[in-house]
Amino acid sequence: MSIEVNGKHTEWVKNETVEQLLKRMKYTFPLVVVKINEKVILKKDFPITIIPDKSKIAVLHMISGG
Amino acid sequence: MVKKIEKIKKKLKNSTIGIAGLGGLGSNAAISLTRAGVGKLVLVDFDKVEGNNLSRQYYFLDQIGKPKVDALKENIKKINPETKVETFNLKLRKGSMEKPFKDVDLVIEALDNAETKAAFIEEILTKLNNKPIVAASGVAGYGHSDRIVTKKLGNLCLCYDELAKSSDDDVLMAPRVILMANWEANLALELILGEDK
Repeated sequence: MSIEVNGKHTEWVKNETVEQLLKRMKYTFPLVVVKINEKVILKKDFPITIIPDKSKIAVLHMISGG
Repeated sequence: MVKKIEKIKKKLKNSTIGIAGLGGLGSNAAISLTRAGVGKLVLVDFDKVEGNNLSRQYYFLDQIGKPKVDALKENIKKINPETKVETFNLKLRKGSMEKPFKDVDLVIEALDNAETKAAFIEEILTKLNNKPIVAASGVAGYGHSDRIVTKKLGNLCLCYDELAKSSDDDVLMAPRVILMANWEANLALELILGEDK
């Protein structure tokens, strides 16, 4: 019962949303996209997207500079 | 070969690319796209050229104080007077960020602040369906060119270095900023022309 977030294994929590996972992982950068098993999840869907067990998750963040 | 060049020329001449932000990323990407032969550029920025911008942005000493949209238009026209340039001297605000880009074929995100970058990408992706957007994250610092990767995420193509520091905590220097600006411009060409095989 675990998921992979940016290459690191972490515990899978039943019914956890993307929003809750990001809070648990303490991701504080402005986020742009989260990808769950190759599917792109937009920010507006973070609170309603439930993470399935064994998911591979990529969290991409924006860093200031331009 | 001649056929390939003619095909590319024609396709680019009929293309319009929008650029949000005309700092280190946007000004340099615009110049490369002009040289490549893109027919029309839509430029958006609210700022004026400042002395310290010259360390990495495509402006000159005698342009200090000018609105960036006007200064960059001048520089583009010096390279190719036939390139069409539409300018918006305005600050992009949440809720209407997509407006100047409704009619472009592709959008380049070249803003500086992380929050604004994220908000802009989200608005383009949700409001302008199927519009390709190229963005960049992690431009600060020097060295570590090999850490930069392209992330393709549906309509979003991200030029990305996840280990780079924020420009609030690190220096912005011409080689790396311009490298990423051209990475964005190169991705834009790839998306418009299709993969080079």
